[in-house]
Amino acid sequence: MSSAVSPATDQSVLKPDYGSKRRHFIFTEEHERLRESIGTFVERELQPHAEKWEETTFESWVFPRMGELGFLGLSYPEEYGGQGGDYYCNLILAEEMTKSNSGGLAMGIAVHTDMATPPIHLFGTEQQKQRYLVPAIKGEKISCLGITEPGAGSDVSAIRTRAVRDGDEYVINGSKTYITNGHRADFIVLVTKTDDEAGYDGFTLFVVDMDLPGVIREKKLEKLGMHASDTALLAFDDVRVTADAVLGEIGKGFYHIMWELQGERMIGAAGAVAGAQRVFDKTLQYAKEREAFGRQIGHFQVIRHKFAEMATKIESARQLVYTTAWRVHNGDYPVREITIAKLYASRIAVEVADECIQIHGGAGYMKEYGVERVWRDLRLNRIGAGTDEIMLDVIGRSYGL
Amino acid sequence: MAGPVPPFTAEHERFRAEAREYVSKELRPRAAEWERKRWFPTEVFEELAGHGYLGLKYPREYGGRGADHVLDAVWTEELPRCGSGGLAAAIGAHTGIATPPVWKFGTEEQKRRFLAPAIRGEKIAALGITEPGAGSDVAGIRTRARRVDGGYLVSGSKTYITNGVRADFVVTAVKTTDEGGHQGLSFLLLERGMEGFTVAGKLEKLGWHASDTAELAFDEVFVPEENLLGEENRGFYLIMANFQWERLLMSLGAVGSMQACVERTLAGGGGSGATAGPAVANGQAARHAVAEMVVRLEAGRALTYEALRRFARGDDAVREVTLAKLATQRAAYEVAESALRLRAAAGAATEEIAELDRAARDSRLGPIGGGTDVIMREIVGRQLGL
Repeated sequence: MSSAVSPATDQSVLKPDYGSKRRHFIFTEEHERLRESIGTFVERELQPHAEKWEETTFESWVFPRMGELGFLGLSYPEEYGGQGGDYYCNLILAEEMTKSNSGGLAMGIAVHTDMATPPIHLFGTEQQKQRYLVPAIKGEKISCLGITEPGAGSDVSAIRTRAVRDGDEYVINGSKTYITNGHRADFIVLVTKTDDEAGYDGFTLFVVDMDLPGVIREKKLEKLGMHASDTALLAFDDVRVTADAVLGEIGKGFYHIMWELQGERMIGAAGAVAGAQRVFDKTLQYAKEREAFGRQIGHFQVIRHKFAEMATKIESARQLVYTTAWRVHNGDYPVREITIAKLYASRIAVEVADECIQIHGGAGYMKEYGVERVWRDLRLNRIGAGTDEIMLDVIGRSYGL
Repeated sequence: MAGPVPPFTAEHERFRAEAREYVSKELRPRAAEWERKRWFPTEVFEELAGHGYLGLKYPREYGGRGADHVLDAVWTEELPRCGSGGLAAAIGAHTGIATPPVWKFGTEEQKRRFLAPAIRGEKIAALGITEPGAGSDVAGIRTRARRVDGGYLVSGSKTYITNGVRADFVVTAVKTTDEGGHQGLSFLLLERGMEGFTVAGKLEKLGWHASDTAELAFDEVFVPEENLLGEENRGFYLIMANFQWERLLMSLGAVGSMQACVERTLAGGGGSGATAGPAVANGQAARHAVAEMVVRLEAGRALTYEALRRFARGDDAVREVTLAKLATQRAAYEVAESALRLRAAAGAATEEIAELDRAARDSRLGPIGGGTDVIMREIVGRQLGL
């Protein structure tokens, strides 16, 4: 742009871009203090291990350490060892975990805090809460969630893992795949079929100890990204559990898990936006340092405009997530809005990561700059917790189409 | 249940319902005719004034409603439901860009002479900045005002002036130094009937057919001193001062337009133009196409409301406003185009197709007016230090 183009040369618009750092209306001072304390912890205690953990998966001491600091139970009631905070605290955790530079680590924690344990908190008996939720909040027990099967991904109703009643017990047979934390977990929240004839009313959740006979942790799955997380293929071979392992209502498992997926999608969306912001910031720094054709590459108009487009996408997604979180916080159950936020945040995060590789050029393709890892890690967001296509279907169907 | 998303309150939502009903009952039925005639009756300004819609944010002492900017935002979001971008543009030019500088920079006498009758719908206002040789580049303005005894002699021309054909006064940017540019621009209130002030042409456009868009010519027009708006040579700041509000209004208008397009697509015509059969073609492709429209709408809305929250609170909102404009203008065009395509494929009636076609054409101005998308990207990029 020539200097004659007026808007950008007015002093009132030449202010630092502090916008993304200003406090949003949903957050309080207390939230900001929490953000700072989580962020500092992540940068000091987790980030230094990120490179190693890409090779080895992250070490399980992270759970008790985060439990000790209260980060695994931010919004759970104090009576179970939680911090008694509001829903926004979980968003903050998801956002700050991106500072670990490890999508796999962030996912392992999020599965524990926002996917596997919420059904226990909401649907569990007091006994189940004492036995699983309390130690999970302390980080003494690690959790995982078993929905997907080799033959049932987007189509949750195609699940074939069966739980058959046998006296006071249930016998579980089947397999689950793509299970995050599956290799290290102490217990699994498992979606099973208990009635073949009942359609959507034929599913039941169980909480199953992973050391029971018949629980087989098969292979550790290799992935495009999220290398720091462990992802398992699990088999259940005549696993016997007592009836008190039923989580929630018999026959209501499908609906329970649909509820769980809303929280999963929100947290996924928050993490995606924060991940996109982080790689954006890093790339902006690079564009100000890297020179080509005698000037900083960020001063080429085409590069400058790429940043403007990315900023627009990130800020739209952030506002979608925050507005939807505000609705959740105020008692709504906004499935459509959550779906929109999840879809949009996942898409733009992948687009931003891709553009950031482009701006980095060859360096973006190299492992040492860490940009390609963000791209690989974020690519999962368009698939996990419901693919883009499922999200579009949910949105369309919400209007009766 | 959560109430309205901030910054909106229950009171704003009550007003929204009222405005929505007014727009759909009183304005929308007449839109097609106005479009055909390339003109809507000037009395519409007075009709709107009768309901207070022209003075929502202005103080009561000038006949305004004395409300906050958020109420004006609600009105702006509801107005596109009339189905005529041209009418919305004319009202927006009057209340959103031409009169705010009078309110903000005008003398008491100027407010009495121009703002108060504008709020009553008795005087129509226009803003005159763009020239044949100066669009995005405001510093390139060449219309010259020379000091003479008791006032100025103005020569030059303006173009793309919304309401320009019928305006009673034009808030006009002029050069008051030979150099012009950022340090040499001023604003004068030019009035219809001043000698040498002529409407040189009414321009034909892709869309916005109901609004009149003028080329204005000034040939040694004498403008008395008391018609200087704000300080001499400080005109650039006057332009800048209202840019954020203008862009925010455009973003809100785009959100309203997208909302109307989504609703009209889902309603399958509704009312008179309804045809038998589903709103959109059966099948996953159409379902996803509607979902994509909704995603664009909600992403744009979320960002626009954040810009509005910041602006209404008095924060520096340049970043959010610029991002919101960038996010919503192209989106509004694409959403309208999708609505048109989906409803046409489902066999919608001619009148409905005409309305959606109009929405698409009207929305096409969004990425151009009020600062182009390219300018928006420049502002964002510069803010990032690039």
